[in-house]
Amino acid sequence: MPVLLFAEASEGVFKKPIFEAATFAYDLAQKLGTDLQAVTVGPVDAAAATGLGAYGVSKVHQVLGDSFVNAAFASAVAKVAESIDAKAVVMAQTYNGRAIAPRVAVKLSAAALSGLITVPDPAAGFDTTRMAYSGKGVEELKVNADQMVITVKTNGYKVEEHPVATTLVEVSNFSSNDVDAVALELIKAAEGISLTEAETVVSAGRGMKGPENWAMIEELASLLGAATACSKPVSDMDWRPHHEHVGQTGIQISPTLYIAIGISGAIQHLAGVSSSKNIVVINKDPEAPFFKIADFGIVGDLFDVVPQLIASLKSRVG
Amino acid sequence: MLKILVCISHVPDTTTKIQFEGDGSKLNKTGVTFIINPYCEYGLSRAIGFQEEGKKVAITALCVGGPEVEPTLRRALAIGADDAVRINADATDAGFVAKQIANYCNGKEFDVIFTGKESIDFNGSLVPGMLAEYLESSFVSYATHMDIADPESMTAQVKREVDGGEEVMEVPLPAVISCQKGIAEWRIPNMRGIMGARKKPLSVVSPNESLELVATVQFSYPPAKGNCQYFQPEDVSKLVDSLTNKGLV
Ligand SMILES: Cc1cc2nc3c(=O)[nH]c(=O)nc-3n(C[C@H](O)[C@H](O)[C@H](O)COP(=O)(O)OP(=O)(O)OC[C@H]3O[C@@H](n4cnc5c(N)ncnc54)[C@H](O)[C@@H]3O)c2cc1C
Ligand SMILES: Nc1ncnc2c1ncn2[C@@H]1O[C@H](COP(=O)(O)O)[C@@H](O)[C@H]1O
Repeated sequence: MPVLLFAEASEGVFKKPIFEAATFAYDLAQKLGTDLQAVTVGPVDAAAATGLGAYGVSKVHQVLGDSFVNAAFASAVAKVAESIDAKAVVMAQTYNGRAIAPRVAVKLSAAALSGLITVPDPAAGFDTTRMAYSGKGVEELKVNADQMVITVKTNGYKVEEHPVATTLVEVSNFSSNDVDAVALELIKAAEGISLTEAETVVSAGRGMKGPENWAMIEELASLLGAATACSKPVSDMDWRPHHEHVGQTGIQISPTLYIAIGISGAIQHLAGVSSSKNIVVINKDPEAPFFKIADFGIVGDLFDVVPQLIASLKSRVG
Repeated sequence: MLKILVCISHVPDTTTKIQFEGDGSKLNKTGVTFIINPYCEYGLSRAIGFQEEGKKVAITALCVGGPEVEPTLRRALAIGADDAVRINADATDAGFVAKQIANYCNGKEFDVIFTGKESIDFNGSLVPGMLAEYLESSFVSYATHMDIADPESMTAQVKREVDGGEEVMEVPLPAVISCQKGIAEWRIPNMRGIMGARKKPLSVVSPNESLELVATVQFSYPPAKGNCQYFQPEDVSKLVDSLTNKGLV
């Protein structure tokens, strides 16, 4: 019973969350003493598919065709999972992964586990943990099923390579008669680093006073190769675009480094960022709640600290 | 007439203090404020929006939960749902919850089933997709916009968030739509709504037999943080040193 990775392609190639899921899936396969295979759905670059071998994938099942929506994706993944009797189906917690995983779980009568950051232990009845109640608790879970469908939290698992030889096989005769929504058009977000995938995020709040002051946040972000984010009131007032809003009602992220500038650290904001691995807080109020979960802090005026930070980084780059 | 079901989960308010029973088996509910999951409230607001656009709609709010969730359903009635249903079972495993809702929907011919994109207690984001699969209906996840230009046509125009942008979709009804910010604005119930909510029907139905494939073993607290290393504002370069040493910049 192999482990099956759903390798979701974006424009024919794979992005970082897929490699994180692949590493997770490989580690699970090792614990189970089985091999790792992958399924791709839709058009995929041949070199990219073979390249999955670097992450321990020994066989890639390619379901070809070009017009798939969620239901058909789920049918295709489930079909391959059934054909190889997969013990677990692993995918990245991308938007598509989140939509597809629950459907695959129902098709396979498998247990669904979302947003995992640790590999379930077969020796302990597949026990695993997830965060609960906005990061205020940890829940230990037990799986009472023979099969599992897992999504791996973006930025939640470190990518490692385990090169093996890989073969590509085409899945022929796949047809879907699923009823589903039809995508008419994709409105692309502005180019830039994706917030959920970014290793470093520079985020700013109402302490910035107004949208005209954001140039330094963008400069800092570009020096660090970081994505930019903001608190809810900032996007509510249209100082920044809505897709930058992080927190309970915005996007949840877990970058390696989160720099919070002029953000108080209200619990609803923390709900979206508290799983960041390192947090830097710059705030003039020593009592700001954000300092309680910070790793590094500066109590000071951001209009003074941020330009210094930029200068210091620039002097190092050269 | 558009028949709309709004699936509501009953969750602790984010600002509430979280404590577990001594043995870690479950949440200690004493003193905890429970609310309508904010994403479900977007769905409820969108449903009421259809009514305001002059469409004929019937809105049912549904929650899988014990008697303690009834105040949350009453609040949904106060905001504007016409009737409420409680499926009398503890909501634990997502598959179990989705199955119960699907059973309830059987034969009721809902045109639109709104859910939140996720519940803020466990952020599972599993119930909506599982429900769509059980119902074999179309499904749009993470919807940011929805119109039904012509109810006779049995199609909806929906936008959803995807990696790298937004997708414009044409959706055959019935459909499960999981909602997030953008699809509607939250509404505060008025006095008339609150008074009227008491008289609206809230029925309790029994759950069907169904397996739970994922179970809680135990809750614990995350390791405490709180050893923030401080730097003086004039020592910014020392902060950069520390970040460099940890390989962060
Ligand atoms: C149901 C609900 C959901 C919510 N969801 C979210 C969410 O998803 N995300 C979110 O962010 N919020 C959310 N909120 C709002 C949240 O409660 C806070 O109001 C919000 O996060 C505050 O944003 P802020 O920190 O930018 O602003 P403020 O709270 O106004 O804080 C500004 C901070 O800037 C500091 N400051 C000011 N001037 C300077 C200066 N010159 N130099 C340095 N520091 C300075 C101040 O000391 C202060 O700490 C939600 C609220 C509710 C009720
Ligand atoms: N116990 C429940 N009763 C009714 N609807 C629920 C319940 N749990 C989850 N849902 C619905 O499913 C959505 C996503 O929840 P979850 O999969 O738990 O993150 C919620 O926003 C609700 O619309």
